[in-house]
Amino acid sequence: MLAYVARRLGALVMILFGSSFIIYNLTAFSADPLEELRTSTAPNREQLIINLTRELRLDLPPPVRYFIWLRGVLGIFVGKADFGQTRDTQPVISEIALALPITVRLIFVSTIVAIILGIGLGITSALRQYSRFDYAMTFFAFLLYSLPIFWVAVLLKQFLAIDFNDFLVSAQISLPTIIFASIVVGFFWAAIFSGTRKRVFLIFSGAFLVNVIFLSILSAAKWFLNPTLGPFLILIAAIGIAFGVTYLSVGLENKSVVKSALFCAAFASIIYFPAQVLLDSNRPRVGIMLLFVALVGIALMGSILFNQIDRGPIIRTNVITVTIIGLLIVVDKLMQAWRPYIQSDDINYRPISTFGQSTSWLNEVPFWVRFLDIVLHMILPTIALTLISFAGYIRFSRGTLLEVLNQDYIRTARAKGLNERTVIMRHAFRNTMIPLTTIMVTDIAAIVGGAIITEQVFGWYGMGTLFNKAITSFDLNLLMGVILFLSTLAILANLIADLLYSVLDPRIRVGAGK
Amino acid sequence: MARKTNKSSNETEVVLESNENAIFNKETEGLSQSQIIIKRFVRHRAAMVALFFFTTLVVLVYTALDWRIGDPRNPRFTIPGWWRYGFEDMPDLLSEGCSEGTLGCPTIDFVPFVDGDGVQLGQHPFGQDNVGRDYFALVMRGAQRSILVMFIIGLIATTIGTIVGSLAGFFRGWTDALLMRLVDFIITIPVIIIGSVIGFYFGNKGAAFLGLLLGLFSWTGLSRLVRGEFLSLREREFVDAARVAGATTRRIIFKHILPNAIGVIIVSVTLLMSGAILLETALSFLGFGVTSPDVSLGLLISNYQDAFTTRPWLFWYPGIFIIAIALCVNFIGDGLRDAFDPRQRRRLTKKDKENAREINSRDQVA
Repeated sequence: MLAYVARRLGALVMILFGSSFIIYNLTAFSADPLEELRTSTAPNREQLIINLTRELRLDLPPPVRYFIWLRGVLGIFVGKADFGQTRDTQPVISEIALALPITVRLIFVSTIVAIILGIGLGITSALRQYSRFDYAMTFFAFLLYSLPIFWVAVLLKQFLAIDFNDFLVSAQISLPTIIFASIVVGFFWAAIFSGTRKRVFLIFSGAFLVNVIFLSILSAAKWFLNPTLGPFLILIAAIGIAFGVTYLSVGLENKSVVKSALFCAAFASIIYFPAQVLLDSNRPRVGIMLLFVALVGIALMGSILFNQIDRGPIIRTNVITVTIIGLLIVVDKLMQAWRPYIQSDDINYRPISTFGQSTSWLNEVPFWVRFLDIVLHMILPTIALTLISFAGYIRFSRGTLLEVLNQDYIRTARAKGLNERTVIMRHAFRNTMIPLTTIMVTDIAAIVGGAIITEQVFGWYGMGTLFNKAITSFDLNLLMGVILFLSTLAILANLIADLLYSVLDPRIRVGAGK
Repeated sequence: MARKTNKSSNETEVVLESNENAIFNKETEGLSQSQIIIKRFVRHRAAMVALFFFTTLVVLVYTALDWRIGDPRNPRFTIPGWWRYGFEDMPDLLSEGCSEGTLGCPTIDFVPFVDGDGVQLGQHPFGQDNVGRDYFALVMRGAQRSILVMFIIGLIATTIGTIVGSLAGFFRGWTDALLMRLVDFIITIPVIIIGSVIGFYFGNKGAAFLGLLLGLFSWTGLSRLVRGEFLSLREREFVDAARVAGATTRRIIFKHILPNAIGVIIVSVTLLMSGAILLETALSFLGFGVTSPDVSLGLLISNYQDAFTTRPWLFWYPGIFIIAIALCVNFIGDGLRDAFDPRQRRRLTKKDKENAREINSRDQVA
């Protein structure tokens, strides 16, 4: 294994060398940084040209310049890498150090969201093969495949950001909107739980009514101006989560598991009160960490108290339950920051931002407001990136699950008399996950490209913006720096996926010779 | 399937189970491989609709504007298009039917009867841009450019990808190692980055040239697939048979292996092309693709993205055309994939179930 990783890392270095050589020379031969000066009318034109030529070493042929650049970069092995300077004499590395975390954050969050949503929808679609839901999902996925991301991004700006901000003025949802949204929700659930016509109609009207009531309450209470979950709603949600997670992981027949999950849910909801103190303290990051440690403690305690045998899956169930509840508590905390946030002068009741990656605050603001600010800035770019990348996950997880369901071991599992839930969740779902690692890799390469465009539309200061700047200002050092980091990111993702693959699937042994 | 509990459908399932193969075998009786594939493709409803729609679209788009052969300013002769404006004409801005303060809004009317006028195109169906140019003509021109770039990328990438992939897969050894390292070098850089670098420095040399250069860097995925296909096909008996019969290497590659790999190639080329149109429009949007005075769908969107609140049609129409083209190509690709996949079985229709019952009763009689 180690030898394999070492070999792959060696290959990585070679590939980076090759691709950077291609790009460097391609750019150096095609770009002419002197072009602007040649046509200029400045009196000291000759002198400027000589200066720039000396500065950028334009007297040397591009391949030679490449190796000068490479010598600086290779310094990374002796501890002092030199990526050169940008045209405005900043060190390239410090520019990238500013931009890289922002891009990585965007890519990371949207990949996670895309994976969760895409797999969920894909699997539901596979389990309802040839239903209307399945056809709708197929069409939806194709539509997403064909969407230009920059177009989507501009639409999101208009319809989500500007319209939502306008809506916040009154925070009241109009009746047609409520009814339309409820019809959509009703159709969604009815399509998922298809069955006889009567059943479909019942589910549709049920979902429709619940949604109408829910939205009306939100509208009447002007919830969006002052959103909150509060301990009571969290408790109700926690009980629901406990049942849901238990149903999916081990089934509701096992009473002791249900009891322990409910115990965890109740305890986690009680934790809500001490958590407020922790999260309000002046070290909120430590607070969040302590909260999750306490929650995992509860999960362990719950499984020890209520179950004597087969603790593994039960601990897993409980940990998933409390993690979701913990996230709810954090979300609630963020909601509490909403009011001061939208009232602040910098925001002035227009919270969903369409520009930049965070607000530059005029005065000091609390941690939670800053956190909320970053989250709100991330919403639109994340949705845009997720939309274009999760189509792949829908199609792929659907196809893989259908293939897995045709395997002999699924037939064996059914023949043993296992119930459908166990067959799907234990036998089929897990084997569906394995090939998904391969698509994650190609997706990350695509999402890097998408991030470049998204950053442009939303005015983020990330790698995409740097890249843009580098190309338009003929800044070869900056360009090479950006490309080097982005391709390293893509290749490392590739390597990680390969390793994951071998961990998940024992049939595949990496580095086991030819 | 196991969900259905009522009795008659249960019986049908059993009947189907035994006769499914019979039905499918009967369908393909006496047909050659390519006939089977064409038959499967024609039966794919979404793909056929997409193919029809796409062909219509291409014909409409390419016949809309005048074709000027020779120097565009002073053409040797002109083939007139069916649309009354060219993309460079600047008629006066009309305010007809516009709300207060806007000019040149679309005159197209999809709604019959309700507003009195009925369905009609009007003077400027997609409206006019800032200086009065007819937006329909602009969108047509943009679509022409985008489709052209898409096809050029597809053509170049297919040629290079197939050749590189087959050489690497067939000869293996150092040829393979060398070519695949080259592929690795190119594939690690996100395509939009290479595209931007190329597009920024060569975009002003015209759409066709841009497509050519982008094609030079888009063949890598295809070549990997073709290589994989060749690696497995070259071990098959028919290749040995050909070799024993004295066929040259070239003949084996082109006459024996390549036709067997054609499914993989065609399918991935369609997907590559739908990616290509998105790539071109994205590059033009970023300003690294087709540049003005020429027109591309991405460029139109980029120019008018800020006009969205006041004159949204300038933003909608080019976007809809991009989606329509990409969607059609994707569906055609999907249909081809199903047609070429021997494991693929269509869903049994009612008619099939009746046939199955018939075959079954015939069997029982016999």
